[in-house]
Amino acid sequence: MSPLLEMRGISKGFPGVRALDKVDLSLDKGEVLALVGENGAGKSTLMNILGGIYQPDSGSVFVDGKETSIDGVEAAIDLGIAFIHQELNVVDNLDVAANIFLGREPRIKPFGLVDRKKIHADAEPYINRLGLDIPSDTRLDKLSVAYQQMVEIAKALSLNARIIIMDEPTSSLTLTETKRLLELVKELREQGVSIIYISHRLGEVDEIADRALVLRDGKNAGELKREKISHDNLVNLMVGRDIDSFYVESKIAEAPGHFQARGLRSNRYPDQEVSFDASKGEILGFAGLVGAGRSEIAKALVRLDTTSDARIRIDGNEISVNTPKDAINNGIYLVPEDRRAEGLVTAMSIRENITLPDLDNYAKWGLINTEQERTATTEQVAKLKVKTPNNETLVQNLSGGNQQKVVLAKWLSMKPKVMILDEPTRGIDVGSKAEFYHLMRDLADQGEVIIMISSDMEEILHVCDRIAVMHEGRITGVLDREDFTETNIMQLAVGQNVAAAHPPF
Amino acid sequence: MKKELGIFGLLAVLCIVTAIINPRFISLANLTNTANLIGIYGIFSIGLGLVIITGGIDLSVGSMFALAGVILSIALREWELFWPLAALLVIALPMALGWVHGALVTKMRIQPFIVTLCGLLLYRGLARFIAGDNTKGFGNAEGFTTLKALASGKFLGLPMPFVILIVVSIIMWFVLHRSVYGRYLFAVGRNEQATRFSGINTKRVIASSYILAGLLTGIASILLAFYTNSISPSTHGNFYELYAIAAAVLGGCSLRGGEGSIIGILIGTALLQVLQNLVNLLGIPSSLNFAVMGAVVLLGVMADSFIGNRNQKKVA
Repeated sequence: MSPLLEMRGISKGFPGVRALDKVDLSLDKGEVLALVGENGAGKSTLMNILGGIYQPDSGSVFVDGKETSIDGVEAAIDLGIAFIHQELNVVDNLDVAANIFLGREPRIKPFGLVDRKKIHADAEPYINRLGLDIPSDTRLDKLSVAYQQMVEIAKALSLNARIIIMDEPTSSLTLTETKRLLELVKELREQGVSIIYISHRLGEVDEIADRALVLRDGKNAGELKREKISHDNLVNLMVGRDIDSFYVESKIAEAPGHFQARGLRSNRYPDQEVSFDASKGEILGFAGLVGAGRSEIAKALVRLDTTSDARIRIDGNEISVNTPKDAINNGIYLVPEDRRAEGLVTAMSIRENITLPDLDNYAKWGLINTEQERTATTEQVAKLKVKTPNNETLVQNLSGGNQQKVVLAKWLSMKPKVMILDEPTRGIDVGSKAEFYHLMRDLADQGEVIIMISSDMEEILHVCDRIAVMHEGRITGVLDREDFTETNIMQLAVGQNVAAAHPPF
Repeated sequence: MKKELGIFGLLAVLCIVTAIINPRFISLANLTNTANLIGIYGIFSIGLGLVIITGGIDLSVGSMFALAGVILSIALREWELFWPLAALLVIALPMALGWVHGALVTKMRIQPFIVTLCGLLLYRGLARFIAGDNTKGFGNAEGFTTLKALASGKFLGLPMPFVILIVVSIIMWFVLHRSVYGRYLFAVGRNEQATRFSGINTKRVIASSYILAGLLTGIASILLAFYTNSISPSTHGNFYELYAIAAAVLGGCSLRGGEGSIIGILIGTALLQVLQNLVNLLGIPSSLNFAVMGAVVLLGVMADSFIGNRNQKKVA
C-alpha cells in the first residue's frame, strides 16, 4: 500500500540560496513523523511547500498515491493538510467557536447573519474531542497560549485534516502544557491523524516520534526509526559530526552571597517577596512553569517593574537601583525573553543596536562618534562570531541565533557583573545553542553572575550550577547539582516540598 | 537617501515645467515670496516631523498659530510689552502646550491623535474668545520695528524666514542625524519597548519631542503673524498641521514612526509650496488648490510604496 503522503525529489531555490535539494519525505496514516534539523536546514521551506505557501522548483507530491499539485493554501486544506504555525494564527478578540469556523460560519438564511446557536453547537464536539474544559464562547485573549494552540488544532480537525503540521508547538508552552500537548499528539495518532512534528527539543522527539527525518543544508541527512531515535543519534545527523561537548561541565562557583537580592516583588505577584543569593562565577538557573513569575522577577531586578523597593548587594556593597539606567550603570543586564520585541530595535543596524544602551560613551557634546561605534561593533561581532555581511546590516535580516548574539553583544561591550538571560536559546538551533552554553560558561568563569531563566528541562539540568524553582511568584526551593532531577524540579514547580531543596539564601 | 532623491527629482521637474510654461515663476518677486513661505512652513514642519519620527502626531499646530498670533498682537499693542518679552512669551506658550501634550501621551497613555485633536479644538476656541472673534493686527509696528524686521525683513537679499529655516535646519540636522538624542528619537519610534529595555527613559524622549515641536511652532508663529500681518482668529493657520504632515510624509517620514530625515522634510515642504505657486501661475482655478495637493501627495506616497515593494521582492 502506498503511503498517505509522499514528497519526492523536492527542490526549491531562492535568489542566492538553494533551500531544498531533492528532498524526499513520506508519511503513513496515523504516524508521527518528527522533522528535525538546524535552522536553515530547510524544514520550514519543505513544510511551506506542503502547506501550499511555496511552489517547488522540481519534484512531485503524492497524496493517497496520486500525484497532486498543491498550488495554494486552499488546495492544501482540501487535501486535508493543516499547518499550525509557531506564531499562532488566531483572532484573539473573537471566541473559540468563531475561531474554529472563521470564514465558514453557519448562516441564517434571509440576511446571511451568523447562526450563533449552531456555531457553538458545532464547535462543541471538537472541543470535547481535545478534552478541553472551556466554554465555546470564551474569547481567545482570555486563554493561555497552550489553549489557543488547542483551538487551532480543533480548527484543523473541523477542516477534516488528515495531516497536521506542527511547527515548534511547544516553544512557548510550560512543562505541564507540553506534557499535555504530547498526550494529545498521541491521541490524535490513535484516531488515525498523521502528524509532522517540527521541534528543536530532542527529548520530545524521542518521546512521541514514530520516525525522525533529519534535514541538513537542504538535503536529506538521514532517517531514524523509533528504536534508533536518541539524542546523540539525532544531533550527529543534524550537524553531520559528533559534538563531544554539547554541554559544558560546570566549575565550582566561588564566594557564595556575592550577589544578593532581597525583597523583589512584581506587578503580577505583588504580595510575594523573592530573595536569593548567587555566587560569583556561577550559573544560577530559574526553573518553573510559565507564569510562575520568573520573567517578572528578572524585570524587577533591573527596575523595568517598579513594584518593589528591592535591595541589591554586589560583593557586600549595597547598590541603589531605582531606574533601568541605574541597573545598567551597575552592570546588571537583562537579555529579555522576547528578543524581537524587547531586546532589539530590529529595524536598526547591528551597530546602532550594540551601542544603544551606552550611547553617551560614544558621544562628545551629545554628538555621536560613528567611528568609535564601528570599532566597538567590529570587535563584538568578531568576538561572538555574528554571521553578517557587515555591521550596518539591519538586525531584522539576521537569523534568530545571530539576533540573540547581537543582544548579548550590546551588553558585553559594557562591563557586565550580573547577566540575566530569559529563555536565551528559545528558537535557536542546536549548533548555536552549544555556542551559547560555552559563552555563558566563559562569562561565569570571568567572575560574572549568570542567571538563566529557562523552560527547557534538558538545558536547565545540564547548564546550571544551581537551580532555583519558582511557583506562583515565590521560590519554592533551590537545588544543588547533585540533586538535579526532573522529578525534583517538577515537584517544586507545582509547589510541593522536596527534601533535597534548600531555601534561596 | 534614495527616497529623498526621488522626491527631489519630482520637485526639480515641477520647477522646470512651471518655469517653461510661465516664466514669471523664476522672477525675483515670485522666488522671494516662495522662499519666504518655504521658510515659515519648513520650520514647523521639521518640528512636526520629529514628533512623527517618535511615532506620534500633532494636529494642534494650526490652532496654536491662531492662539499665539492673537496673543502676540495683544501683547505688543495692548499690553505694550517690550518686544523681546512678547516674542519669548509667544515661543514659550506652544512649548508649554507641547509639554502638556507630551505628559498626556506618556503619563496618561492617551493616544497622540486624540490629545492633539482636542488641542486643535481647544486652542482655536480660546484664540477666538480672547480676540472677541475680531481680527488682530500690528498697525505700523510702533515700538517693535526690530521684531518686525527680524520676522519679515531681509538678510543678504533673502527673506528672514528662509534664513531662519536654514539655521534651524542645520541645527536640527545635527540633532536628528548626529546626536545621541536623535538616535533615541528614531529608536523610540521603531521599538519603544526595546529602547526602554536598553535603559533609556523613553517617556522623556517622547515628551521632549512635543516640546521641541512647540519651540519650532512658536518661532514659526511669529513669522507667520508678521507675514499675514493680520490675524483673523477663526481662520489663521487653519489646516497648517496638515501641510506639515503632508510635507513630512512626502519627505519620507512614516506615520508608524522611526523613519524620516531633515532633508526629506525640507524637500517635501518646498514641493508643496511650489505646487501652490504652480496652481496660481498656471491659471488653474484656485478652488482646485487642495485637490491638486492631495493628488500629488497621494501619487508621491504611491510611487514610494511601489518602489518599496519592488525592492522588497528583489530581496526575497
